[in-house]
Amino acid sequence: MRAALFVTCVNDALHPRTGVAVVRLLERLGVEVDFPAAQSCCGQPQYNTGLRREAEPLLRRTAEAFAGHRYVVTPSGSCTAMVRGHYPRIGRLARQEGRGGRLEAYAEDLAPRVYELSEFLVDVLGVTDVGAYYPHTVAYHPSCHGLRGLGLGERPRRLLAAVRGLELVELPGAEECCGFGGTFAVKNPDVSAAMGADKAAAAAAAGAEVLCGGDNSCLVHLDGILRRAGSPVRTVHLAEILASTEEEPFA
Amino acid sequence: MTSRDVILARIRRATAADPAGAEPPIPRDYLRVHGERTPAEAADLLAANLAEYRAHVHRTTADGLPALLARLLARRGTRTVLVPAGVPPHWLADTAATEVPDRAGAGPHELDAVDSVVTGCALAVAETGTLVLDGGPAQGRRRITLIPDHHVCVVRVPDQVVDSVPQALERLDPTRPLTWISGPSATSDIELNRVEGVHGPRTLDVILTTFPEPPTAPAPGPTAEPPRP
Amino acid sequence: MTRAGVHGTDGMHGMRGMRGTQGADGAQAAFLGMPAFPEAARRAVHDPVLRANLRHATHTIRGRRARAVAELADWDRLRAAGKAIKDHTLRHLDRYLVQLEESVTAAGGTVHWAVDAAEACRIVTRLVHATGAREVVKVKSMATQEIGLNEALEEAGIASYETDLAELIVQLGHDRPSHILVPAIHRNRGEIRDVFAREMGRWGRPAPDGLGDDPRELAEAARRHLREKFLRAQVAVSGANFMVAETGTLVVFESEGNGRMCLTLPETLISVVGIEKVVPTFRDLEVFLQTLPRSSTAERMNPYTTMWTGTAGGDGPTAFHLVLLDNGRTDTLADAVGRQALRCIRCSACLNVCPVYERAGGHAYGSVYPGPIGAVLSPQLRGTGSRVDASLPFASTLCGACEEVCPVAIDIPEVLVHLRERIVQGGPATREGVRVRIRPARGHTAERAALRAARLLLDHPGALRAGERLLARARRLRPRRLPGPGRAWTDSRDLPEPPEQPFRDWWEQRERQDERRKP
Repeated sequence: MRAALFVTCVNDALHPRTGVAVVRLLERLGVEVDFPAAQSCCGQPQYNTGLRREAEPLLRRTAEAFAGHRYVVTPSGSCTAMVRGHYPRIGRLARQEGRGGRLEAYAEDLAPRVYELSEFLVDVLGVTDVGAYYPHTVAYHPSCHGLRGLGLGERPRRLLAAVRGLELVELPGAEECCGFGGTFAVKNPDVSAAMGADKAAAAAAAGAEVLCGGDNSCLVHLDGILRRAGSPVRTVHLAEILASTEEEPFA
Repeated sequence: MTSRDVILARIRRATAADPAGAEPPIPRDYLRVHGERTPAEAADLLAANLAEYRAHVHRTTADGLPALLARLLARRGTRTVLVPAGVPPHWLADTAATEVPDRAGAGPHELDAVDSVVTGCALAVAETGTLVLDGGPAQGRRRITLIPDHHVCVVRVPDQVVDSVPQALERLDPTRPLTWISGPSATSDIELNRVEGVHGPRTLDVILTTFPEPPTAPAPGPTAEPPRP
Repeated sequence: MTRAGVHGTDGMHGMRGMRGTQGADGAQAAFLGMPAFPEAARRAVHDPVLRANLRHATHTIRGRRARAVAELADWDRLRAAGKAIKDHTLRHLDRYLVQLEESVTAAGGTVHWAVDAAEACRIVTRLVHATGAREVVKVKSMATQEIGLNEALEEAGIASYETDLAELIVQLGHDRPSHILVPAIHRNRGEIRDVFAREMGRWGRPAPDGLGDDPRELAEAARRHLREKFLRAQVAVSGANFMVAETGTLVVFESEGNGRMCLTLPETLISVVGIEKVVPTFRDLEVFLQTLPRSSTAERMNPYTTMWTGTAGGDGPTAFHLVLLDNGRTDTLADAVGRQALRCIRCSACLNVCPVYERAGGHAYGSVYPGPIGAVLSPQLRGTGSRVDASLPFASTLCGACEEVCPVAIDIPEVLVHLRERIVQGGPATREGVRVRIRPARGHTAERAALRAARLLLDHPGALRAGERLLARARRLRPRRLPGPGRAWTDSRDLPEPPEQPFRDWWEQRERQDERRKP
């Protein structure tokens, strides 16, 4: 089994540890990992801000970078939702606006091959116990794009529940958005921070040492709020917990 | 150009670019009824749902109805009771209160002085706990079940009870004035908590009356041909 | 005492109320003069009483709605049917409106058409004047709020009394509605008690002495206060939740009985209804009678629903006027993506689940339509010209909770992104029936430039890598607070710690090591 890693721009620049964790985890599970160097950003910041045309070159780049890869795995529900949910729409609109059918063909070709990490593990590899060890109290925040956009459902929690040593605690109001929302975080900073503060408070109230998520963009926001507040709660990406073993603690 | 012309022209321009060709039909694969139940179970569900919305539900038979009505009115101290045309006389045979007919000329202030009103209904919906009045016999004008503070509604079981909203609409005539009543008036306007009793009758008594089938007494309902208002 | 006389103080939260404005245009102007969403929201976020009121109310209804919806095994199918009925109707809206007009007229009603708010207000004012009445009772109606009818009537010397409990609280409190279903959601029981005790006597029957803050007591005070108005009313003004084209039947869902009072007691009934409220057949109601109450008040059925067709002889008003309102709806219809907002049945489920609404409150949306649906409806009905309207499509994290609960499956995030595009990138739109090309908004120049630059960088891996390495080298410079626009991040959050090297460098190193290890 071979899979191409779509590490995402946020992880590449700010959270390479998450990418490293995915590589370790997949290799431990017997998957050969490729990293097509031509990859970059999926274009979601541009698209969500109303600059759809600016997202088009990034769609093309992403599709070309992963051409021919049967499985494309990404540790981000948000970027998976972009490729699966919005790429086809961008392509369709480009065609309707008279710019040809090339983008649409790219989008339709790539979308079904892209998997969010927990989907790839549970649905493609068929594993929930990945042999991880992580002796901490963890609350899981299901980011909106994974929860509602992709319908990840219980997959991430099932993976966490199988981790040895890990105590999974219920996060009150788990399904509510953390307030990041891309440029929302800076365009509506007061509401964004209020939402983040409530999420951070929920994690603390749940008695979690670690607030785990599947999207580092949300976690950057939450981590910034937790640290500003001097909270002992840390944010850790799901991949880093799953990559940890007794022999090689990771996160 | 009239405003009518302007609006219709704008609509036609706005929809001109819509893809031509056959539209998919409206998907009507939703349920006609939620679950299967016997007529008795439907009546039980109606009672439970009405009670949940703070209606007072009573069960009786055709023979027991006059005594029950008398008791309910006496308990409230009702001195005047509004009785629309079509209420069988024996319903109120045991009642001591003065009967007031639904006069066409009766203004709101006159109705405001009445203590209680007794009506039948067109049908009742079990799944939602709803009574529907259509101005037919034993139901009167809409205002008579609105202004008095106490409404007693007699539902004929089982033939006036339907299971679901779709079944109810099939049996109703849209050209008649329809009032759907699910419990006494209520509001959720203060902190989104439900409080019963605002402008409509604050007390709603519902009497589920079992009539042998077919009804021995001429009773109101959609099966009878109602006089047009 | 006339309404003009009681309008003395400013509303809550330091915002200008609608009362000082001039008629229909004035009501819109009051909203359009509003600050952009982020500024208005800032005040709400830092008001602890308001935050607590909103949190309590939205969380209460959220759970109850979920339970009411879960009872119906066919919810998704009802939702799909509701969507399809509305889409079909919108596509043939001209046909169904003409049919509706015929049905209503045949049943004894009179149909009027209003292109905009000002025309609708003129029609209603003329109709009320013709009756000789100096006051009207009103059923809660979004359409009449949208057009600023109360203000227009007031200017014409006609007092209008809101009779819905929440609308009464808003009107007595010289306030503005902040929720579609529960316009006084921003007020708690103590605040409502104070408003009643202070204001009721200036409008009619005063609140009883020693009025407490128990919701039952407050509802009782409203009952007594409004009763005299209902019993003497000659003219009522309403909206409608649905209009049935084939029969001419109008439908109003309500809870308190104030709707029934208004719809059945006065001699004259005037209903102002948006043109998108029409449905083809009586049978179509079987879908919405199931989805609206559960989505809205989380009940299996709301306490009262009234259906009437024209003038029913001897029962209810002898004169019935229906005013069909466009006011931006046909412009919205012309937008293939934005059109779906016209499916809205005003249940307000999207408000109750929205984490942004919960913290920003309804007033920040600067419109009678707050929350997620307001963020897609207001900029379409009014255009994106004002500051507040241009900011609304950005008042969302695109979390998707709204779409998930919508009983007619409006893809609100899709419309938000579509409207963002119109604002940032510019594009075609229809205004007052004329196709225009919207130019990119100036306020977004810097952001546009930044994202374009980011795209150029991201589309050139060489440059991207150089940037990432620069970031890694500068990691010790991480400041606690950034200057300029970066403050929006650092005012409330620490900056992330940049890594020693980007992922792609780590990967490359590893590849090189692997190469060396190969024989």
